[in-house]
Amino acid sequence: MADRKYTEDHEWVEVDGETGVIGISDYAQEQLGDVVFVELPDVGKILDQRDEAAVIESVKAAAEVYTPVSGEVIEVNEELNNDPSLVNSDAHGEGWFAKLQLSDPTELDALMDEATYKTFVESLS
Amino acid sequence: MRYLPLTDADRSSMLNRIGVSSVDDLFVDVPATARFDGTFDLPDHMAEFEVEGHMSAIAGQNTTTADVPSFLGAGAYRHHIPASVDHLIQRGEFLTSYTPYQPEISQGTLQALFEFQSMVALITGMDVANASMYDGATSCAEAVLMARRVTRRNRALISGSVHPHYSAASETQAKYVDINIDICDPDIDGTEYLTELIDDETACVVVQNPGVFGHVRDLSPLAAVCQDKGALLIVVVTEAVSLGAMQSPGEMGADVVVAEGQSIGNPQGFGGPYVGLFAAREKYVRQMPGRLCGETTDVDGKRGWVLTLSTREQHIRREKATSNICTNAGLCALAFTIHLSLLGENGFRDLAMLNHARASQLADRLAGVDGVEVLPEAFFNEFAVRLSKPAGDVVDRLAARDVLAGVPAARLYGAGRELDNILLIAASEQTTPEDMEALVSALSEELS
Amino acid sequence: MSHSRDLSRSAAAVGSGTTDTVHGHQGLQLEEPLLFEIDNPGAIGVDLPDPGDFTPRLGGVARQGEIGLPCVSEPEVVRHFTRLSQKNYAIDMGTYPLGSCTMKHNPRLNEKMVRLPGFANAHPMQPESTVQGAFKLIDGVAHWLKELTGMPAIAMSPAAGAHGELCGVMAIRAALDDREGGPTTRRRILVPDSAHGTNPATAAVCGFSVDAIPSDARGRVDVKAFAEKLDDDVAGIMITNPNTCGLFEPDMIEIAELIHDAGGYFYCDGANFNAIVGRVRPGDLGIDCMHINLHKTFSTPHGGGGPGAGPVVLSDALAPFAPVPWVVHGDEGFSLVEHADDAGDAKPFGRLKGFHGQMGMFVRAYAYMLSHGRDGLRQVANDAVLNANYVMSCLSDVMTPAFEGPCMHECLFDDRFLKDTGVSTLDFAKAMLDEGYHPMTMYFPLVVHGAMLIEPTETESKRGLDEFIAVMRALVERAKAGDSDAFMAAPMMTPRRRLDETAAARQPILRWSPDIPTAEAAE
Repeated sequence: MADRKYTEDHEWVEVDGETGVIGISDYAQEQLGDVVFVELPDVGKILDQRDEAAVIESVKAAAEVYTPVSGEVIEVNEELNNDPSLVNSDAHGEGWFAKLQLSDPTELDALMDEATYKTFVESLS
Repeated sequence: MRYLPLTDADRSSMLNRIGVSSVDDLFVDVPATARFDGTFDLPDHMAEFEVEGHMSAIAGQNTTTADVPSFLGAGAYRHHIPASVDHLIQRGEFLTSYTPYQPEISQGTLQALFEFQSMVALITGMDVANASMYDGATSCAEAVLMARRVTRRNRALISGSVHPHYSAASETQAKYVDINIDICDPDIDGTEYLTELIDDETACVVVQNPGVFGHVRDLSPLAAVCQDKGALLIVVVTEAVSLGAMQSPGEMGADVVVAEGQSIGNPQGFGGPYVGLFAAREKYVRQMPGRLCGETTDVDGKRGWVLTLSTREQHIRREKATSNICTNAGLCALAFTIHLSLLGENGFRDLAMLNHARASQLADRLAGVDGVEVLPEAFFNEFAVRLSKPAGDVVDRLAARDVLAGVPAARLYGAGRELDNILLIAASEQTTPEDMEALVSALSEELS
Repeated sequence: MSHSRDLSRSAAAVGSGTTDTVHGHQGLQLEEPLLFEIDNPGAIGVDLPDPGDFTPRLGGVARQGEIGLPCVSEPEVVRHFTRLSQKNYAIDMGTYPLGSCTMKHNPRLNEKMVRLPGFANAHPMQPESTVQGAFKLIDGVAHWLKELTGMPAIAMSPAAGAHGELCGVMAIRAALDDREGGPTTRRRILVPDSAHGTNPATAAVCGFSVDAIPSDARGRVDVKAFAEKLDDDVAGIMITNPNTCGLFEPDMIEIAELIHDAGGYFYCDGANFNAIVGRVRPGDLGIDCMHINLHKTFSTPHGGGGPGAGPVVLSDALAPFAPVPWVVHGDEGFSLVEHADDAGDAKPFGRLKGFHGQMGMFVRAYAYMLSHGRDGLRQVANDAVLNANYVMSCLSDVMTPAFEGPCMHECLFDDRFLKDTGVSTLDFAKAMLDEGYHPMTMYFPLVVHGAMLIEPTETESKRGLDEFIAVMRALVERAKAGDSDAFMAAPMMTPRRRLDETAAARQPILRWSPDIPTAEAAE
């Protein structure tokens, strides 16, 4: 089973071998409200960990999405261009943003696992 | 004081309610050193009729385009404004409302903006237009910034056909954000050839049509080159009425159209306020600056309008906004919309052809004057002429004879550009045969 | 709330028990289609003469196809826009307490003056000898603004507040570049976290990064935190005074000394000048530049979102960098400096717009200035501050003021008083719509939770304020009584009820086309 890790800024990365899929957490989409647009990175772009990977817009707010891991963008979720509400309805699944070819898998070690993130989110409310 | 409803009795009862003895007590946060206790070098208040008398006297010191024959253009034009336009924009519900941030009680402004955006898109041949900008020059500057966002390139090429105020505003706006702007020499003869200057680093090419010297061009070949190089073609229009007579910039392949909308519904007013038009292809909509009005429904399912895509704007994005601009030119855009509604499809095209006809008739007459050479072969309602004497002097002498002869090119560009003898002359639907005769005879005498 | 949906609707359709009328009109509330939907090909709203004989000279680019504009006669156009106007709220109709926007009465004399033929028909490029009156007017407005602010110089051309900010920060950038003999190495502009969103946006387009200064517990700039940020990387500071919490910044003079000692410049956002006009000259506080929103303090109409005007007063240090053009007064009357080459020792940073500035706004503002005089303007500030404090003191027992002490021209509440009611600031504001009021500014400034910023302005009567206060108190009572459903359903009686902004942003429809949903289809 793929391993999903989280950041304190509510991004997640799900790693499968040397690639990782990134998105935002269900908690984050709830905070943002109805997502109306997602600006995705260009395929081929090299991102360092914490670089801006996407911009997500709701009616009243805009937020930057930072990549939890370094790597090259090899695929983006084109479906979000047609239906940005996927981020709201399925943040951990069909609402994914981009797939990266990881350049430094050791970065994953510092991220939170599912249980730790859950505790982290509970501590926020 | 007629504008201040509080009486002294009101004031003292209110101070009492607040629990202070004097209004000065409400200014306690102002340090003593910051309080102004001196006397301003300004008059005390005046009665309404005194203000009117004072200001009428100042206005009376101007000799304007309504008093004497005028051929002034160069980005501001004298067109007739139907009486209903000025009446409707003075309705308090339009005049004294704020930006429509509460859509439930702003549907009037919003629907008018939606109609404005629709009309601007139609006449420019573009997919979408914003709710307007300060003026044509600032629209142009914003378009250059947008081109950088879209292409992620940082070179802008501005044609010598572009009004120098527009290129200067663009250069100023781009000064501190890492855009290199190349402004071509004034294209007096309309022979400029830009193709070789466009390369893979070019974010945009800015060209004006009709050009500032009046030349009308087919921009399709230039558009093809821009597309090939991945640069945006930004087309500037300083005389919006021309769009009724000419193929639209969109038809010629423009990516962005920026225009001055003053000609439609707004007085010359010594330079402002005017209304900047900004239209673009649909794919750039999220990179566009300025406000946008969009259609939606309310909770009862009724159609209505809201400001939309506002996350691009400064009040949300703050330092990451697409632009620092937060107002449009609402009332001027409304005047534009009402005037264009009155004109409609046929009136707009007829008005444009009438303008063109007057300019063509004027050019024919001027061609017969010794010392006057009409430069463009193709033009709309304005054209440059080369005089046998410096244009600035000629204009001053004609002004003394009660003819406003046009705009000397050197006035726009500054001295030392070998433009001293070039004069820009505009006609409009209001130009009469008598006006033309006045110009022709005065010029003939001054140039002989 | 007492107005349930059924009640309000049934009144419009007596006996039917439904909300429907034949065309959707409800008494004087008239539905109006888009102009494109009343298009009647062949109709026209203007009459034009025949052009006579002429030689067409449009090259090869004469327009061929249809444009697609609607065809409508004058009576229909007048009715269309009159009906649209009736769907707007406006100052002319009632209190418009929109904090930080200064929605005061717009005198009609100003409108009459701007339409004087000598102003309306003047072309900006006329020979200088023919427009001495226009220059005199610009010079007159400039004199008033310099006097009232105690500043030595002014740039008149900026078209609005944000444009004025751009002008001021560009002047700062140009002065720093000039001093350092090349692009300045200073990168940061300090901006309080309570600032208008335009401040950081402006700093960014001038190539600076923004460093936020926290507000202290009193809603003011935390001077200690500010001082700690000062170093030789700081280009300047932008402070709104009175600030967006409606409070005077008492440490302005100290802040000015600190920023100047650090080699930076002081930008003051003059959006709230109305509170202090005639009482405080910002120049005495040590600032280097400040924009003045003529559409706020000097009552040029807001017009549904512009146009405005944003002249910028400048200190001696920044004055040489002001943008072209400007008016000068010489032996032979007024003239205009339009080009850097004609600017003598000055080093203008460029040009901000076409021509010379928002002349129509200058004329209106001048009429306003002359009408009030120096005495009346001081009274403006007094009454604006009095009205705001009166509202605050009459509401502070039922609502929760964000800060203690007197306010300036606007009073700020947070949403603590709505805690556990289930009513949000937004719901509360929407309920005000049904009561016939434009709401206050909401959720701004950002430093206060659920902010409600009320600016009555000096042109509200005591009677008007008392009515407003009574309505606010009644609404608070209802909210506390647990009637949250009615608040969430509000507004019920406005021309449109809450609109779906999500749908508008997800699938934007930004122009008419034959395919967009019509009013009927939408229902």
